Amino acid sequence: MNSYLDTHIVDRQLKNKSSFRQALMNSFTMAFRGLLKIKRTPEQLFDVTLQPIIFTLMFTYIFGGAIAGDVKSYLPVIIPGILVQTVISTSVVTGVQLREDMDKGVFDRFKSLPIARIAPLAGALMADTIRYTIATILTFVMGYIMGYHPEGGLSSIIIAGILVVVCAWAVSWIFAFFGVIARTASSVQGISMLVLFPLTFLSNAFVPANTMPNWLQWFVNINPISHLVTAVRDLTNSGTVGVDMTISLIGAAVIVAIFAPITVRAYMRRV
Amino acid sequence: MKTVDTNSEWAVDASGLVKTFGENRAVDGVNLRVKAGTIYGVLGPNGAGKTTTIRMLATLLKADAGSARIFGYDIAKDPQIVRQLIGVTGQYASVDESLSATENLIIFSRLLGLSRKEARVKAEELLEEFGLTEAAKRPLKHFSGGMRRRLDLAASLIARPPLIFLDEPTTGLDPRTRNQMWDTIRKLVKSGSTVLLTTQYLQEADELADRVAVIDRGRVVAEGTVDELKQSVGSSSLHVSIQNADQIGAAKELVERILNVQAAVSAEGRKITVPLADADAVSDLLLALRKEGIQSAELSIQKPTLDEVFLTITGKGAKKEVES
Ligand SMILES: Nc1ncnc2c1ncn2[C@@H]1O[C@H](COP(=O)(O)OP(=O)(O)O)[C@@H](O)[C@H]1O
Ligand SMILES: [Mg+2]
Repeated sequence: MNSYLDTHIVDRQLKNKSSFRQALMNSFTMAFRGLLKIKRTPEQLFDVTLQPIIFTLMFTYIFGGAIAGDVKSYLPVIIPGILVQTVISTSVVTGVQLREDMDKGVFDRFKSLPIARIAPLAGALMADTIRYTIATILTFVMGYIMGYHPEGGLSSIIIAGILVVVCAWAVSWIFAFFGVIARTASSVQGISMLVLFPLTFLSNAFVPANTMPNWLQWFVNINPISHLVTAVRDLTNSGTVGVDMTISLIGAAVIVAIFAPITVRAYMRRV
Repeated sequence: MKTVDTNSEWAVDASGLVKTFGENRAVDGVNLRVKAGTIYGVLGPNGAGKTTTIRMLATLLKADAGSARIFGYDIAKDPQIVRQLIGVTGQYASVDESLSATENLIIFSRLLGLSRKEARVKAEELLEEFGLTEAAKRPLKHFSGGMRRRLDLAASLIARPPLIFLDEPTTGLDPRTRNQMWDTIRKLVKSGSTVLLTTQYLQEADELADRVAVIDRGRVVAEGTVDELKQSVGSSSLHVSIQNADQIGAAKELVERILNVQAAVSAEGRKITVPLADADAVSDLLLALRKEGIQSAELSIQKPTLDEVFLTITGKGAKKEVES
């Protein structure tokens, strides 16, 4: 009856270090786990789904008339803004979920397995790009339904979408860092919001910068989020690639260069 | 590449393990030696440091002091090798609550290097073995405590590790499920595994373990086979119940004279208890009782229970197993 337990323990080959290939395979498995979790608990996508819808409706109909004269001409301004705002704030989830995961029993199992130590972190960061993609698509679809038909065409929209996902991925390293060092998931949420709000609202995402006081304009203009928003507007509305895209990508690279090493260091000390 | 001789004598060889949490010395110099192919029980009350000890041995927690080897590999120097030799079933289920049983096992199998197909087959085999096939697709939220434990153990066995840590494997299980778990543990050892388990239940250690370490406030206070531990407390004791309560005084005097030791009378005044050094003296006692016309209702000799062992060693009682 007991086929499995009757097989005897055999001597085995032991490896001291995990190879790069193994690290990659383990990370993919962890990413697969992340996707399964999204599939099993679709309710965790609520904010990703609802935020672009509600924000688009709210901002367009409340501010649209005041800022751009009418709703139709506000859409090219607001949709890129909401896209960036939504996707970047979605990246907070990376940190929150990482903390939750690390506090759960299953993390002990991962730690006790002979897998690459970095895999759970790498897998989480990989799986979350799916979240960003969903948010990106939803925002564009919502805009389209409301009458947003950007001049740039589909290929520019796709490039803009990828740009936003890449930048959100870079920013998620910041939140992953908070996730690794914080004590509780709710404190990760708290610290992250403190960083996120000034970044997204003190930008040109919803309102053109030239309507703001000088001191605020100064911040809005150096805020990388503003450059990302401008880059997306350039792409979607006219199909052009400007200096803002370069600045956004450099900004993303700088964030990763700073936060990836310290996150990994802090993470490895914990596992 | 290195190989392991799973027949090497010590599966676990730990000395002077220490772990402090702030002021609290949760583990305070624990020494443990577990022979390969045996079941070793770590027995202690809640908060004694059992889980912390296991977590250090399983490379989940760094020891503040001391060292340990698993089949000869140092837990601090070769943690990745140690992880290839162990399976850990924690006190609280270490599986993914939001996924199904199959998904959990497939992910762990994939992490251990099995191909997609191998992982699927392995998951099926294990679910079958642990009687979880029917619940395989359901999310774990709806699993009972016993099912969760079984899945957790199944997940620890994917790679067939030669050493398995079980932290309180039967706490909270009903008697039937607990007996199944015991059978599984015995089977594991028969197939060549070594098992280190912790328990708060004296009966469980008695039932399963070849050797036992009694741990209290982070220290090993006694170690040996169950019989050795029982003997260390002292000899057996003799209990004599007297039919006629009026004769208890005379009976006590007689017992003390013949056995030459102080006797104790129970609260309700019918039962006499004395330490018994020499079993032969019992027949003398029986003859003397008859001669005096004292009728004994019952006479029994008891070896000390692990409960008494525990009480004697630590100065406090341990949790008693719920009767099955
Ligand atoms: N992570 C931790 N932080 C602080 N104290 C802890 C931690 N883990 C365990 N302890 C403390 O260490 C002691 C031993 O705990 P534990 O090893 O869980 O005991 P047992 O498993 O025997 O019940 C307890 O006093 C417990 O409160
Ligand atoms: Mg415990």
